[in-house]
Amino acid sequence: MTDTAWIDSALTSARPQAVGALLRYFRNLDTAEEAFQNACLRALKSWPQNGPPRDPAAWLIMVGRNVAIDDIRRAKKQAPLPEDEAISDLDDAEEELAERLDGSHYRDDILRLLFICCHPELPATQQIALALRIVSGLTVKQIARAFLVSEAAMEQRITRAKARVADANVPFETPDAVARSERLAAVAAMIYLIFNEGYSASGDTAEIRKPLCEEAIRLARLLLRLFQSEPEIMGLTALLLLQHARAEARFDSDGAVILLDDQDRTLWNQKMIAEGLALIDKAMRHHRSGPYQIQAAISALHARAAKPEDTDWTQIDLLYGALEIMQPSPVVTLNRAVAVSKVRGAEAALEMIEPLAPRLSNYFHFFGVRGAFLMQLGRNDEALVAFDRAIALANTSAEAAHIRMHLDRLQRDSTQRGVKAGK
Amino acid sequence: MGVECQATLPVAAIDAKYFPALSAPGILTRLPIKRDHLHMLYAILCYHDEDAVGSWSKEQDAAVMKKLAVVQDRLTKQGRLGPVARLLPTTAATTLRKENPPVVIDGPFAETKEQLLGFYVVDCKNLDEALDVARDLAAANPGGAYEIRPVGMMTQGSISA
Repeated sequence: MTDTAWIDSALTSARPQAVGALLRYFRNLDTAEEAFQNACLRALKSWPQNGPPRDPAAWLIMVGRNVAIDDIRRAKKQAPLPEDEAISDLDDAEEELAERLDGSHYRDDILRLLFICCHPELPATQQIALALRIVSGLTVKQIARAFLVSEAAMEQRITRAKARVADANVPFETPDAVARSERLAAVAAMIYLIFNEGYSASGDTAEIRKPLCEEAIRLARLLLRLFQSEPEIMGLTALLLLQHARAEARFDSDGAVILLDDQDRTLWNQKMIAEGLALIDKAMRHHRSGPYQIQAAISALHARAAKPEDTDWTQIDLLYGALEIMQPSPVVTLNRAVAVSKVRGAEAALEMIEPLAPRLSNYFHFFGVRGAFLMQLGRNDEALVAFDRAIALANTSAEAAHIRMHLDRLQRDSTQRGVKAGK
Repeated sequence: MGVECQATLPVAAIDAKYFPALSAPGILTRLPIKRDHLHMLYAILCYHDEDAVGSWSKEQDAAVMKKLAVVQDRLTKQGRLGPVARLLPTTAATTLRKENPPVVIDGPFAETKEQLLGFYVVDCKNLDEALDVARDLAAANPGGAYEIRPVGMMTQGSISA
């Protein structure tokens, strides 16, 4: 690795802590970001000559803070205030700031920085964009690319989100235990959203959007390092790792979806699977189950099966059952039905999803799954209707292509049957 | 003079066998000295900012691994390389404090008043099994702590102490 590449990764990894601390000092996102940028510029000059500092984050905080205070001082000098008064004010402020520069705040700094991006009034896409910009430090161009929108549109989205956050009045005091756990839950949900944004990509865009998945995993690990004994954060990190482990096997060379059963499991990333499984083991010891842990456990049962037929569907059915109780949702039931079809057959599975029809009448996967169950039962005419509806609702060309494959097979079957009947 | 020198040679040669650094240039270095049982195995422990290493792209990571492989291959060819392991992140770690009874703590070993004195690599089905092993070890040798960290990659090597 070249010198600059090393510095880049050091700056990236120090960013959440440094920007978080600078935000605590200046209580203004723009000032904090600018201070960090200035500190980075100085690092690029100083580190190659003087070698890396022992604690890059502390170095960046100190330098960023000093540069910003100098700027404030200069601005104050130009203002019509008596000069000495302004300086003595700032000296006091500086002393107080120096006192606050200790490690105990970092955890809440980073959490606050992440939490600011989760403002409930921000739509999910803005939360994600803001987090990627502020916390991860991706450029607007990189984020725009991952979201498949123009740079100008993304710039505007982030500016708007920042303006809204600035008015939000996030408290800067150290949060109490309840507030902290609420923040933690909101931040975990946002990290999950970032991951999904990358994971739900279609085959032709999967490569472009993969950085979103990787960034989500990095943030999840960061959060887990701050909150080492939170089983749900272990579960979240495990879930993301276990899902992302399949990245190389999810699409064929034309970008078409490859279903779990048909994936080449040797392409699964064993290191990520090992880490995911280790985290679930850790989480389970706490006996405090939660939605992320359960989803991770389901993912783990798939990861553990070397061949599709080794999958423990009975256990998966039970886990989805538990998830239904914790987080009732027709989508969870739909997923459970797939496990039920493997354990008890398509008839039982179909029965399970019929009541979901009114709520999932615009959901692509509902009709895809329904069509597949009907096809298994040989009710091909009904399956055709379901698949037609699914194609109409497909979100990506890969989804449509997948259903088209089923349709083609059904049509081939019925022509063959027609020929046979004609004989 | 010459006679004296010759008379002391055998003694010096014996010393050189055990203390190769003492061998006098021009006289003793040319003697066939067997040094095998003088060798020491060194553990080289890898420390780095895992957040920074975790921020490497796949390509950066692969580039570093490739450069390391060159060094490792050379050592392997010389028959000098023992086990090499790359550990999973500290977020996957659990620590067993060897108190009575032992206490399980999430996360890596974080104290500074104790030092790393050794390690085991044990094949386990899951964390509970690894903790059982650690508890057995703790019973045999109380005090201190064991950090239990999953191994991401390991090569066996071919030497033993």
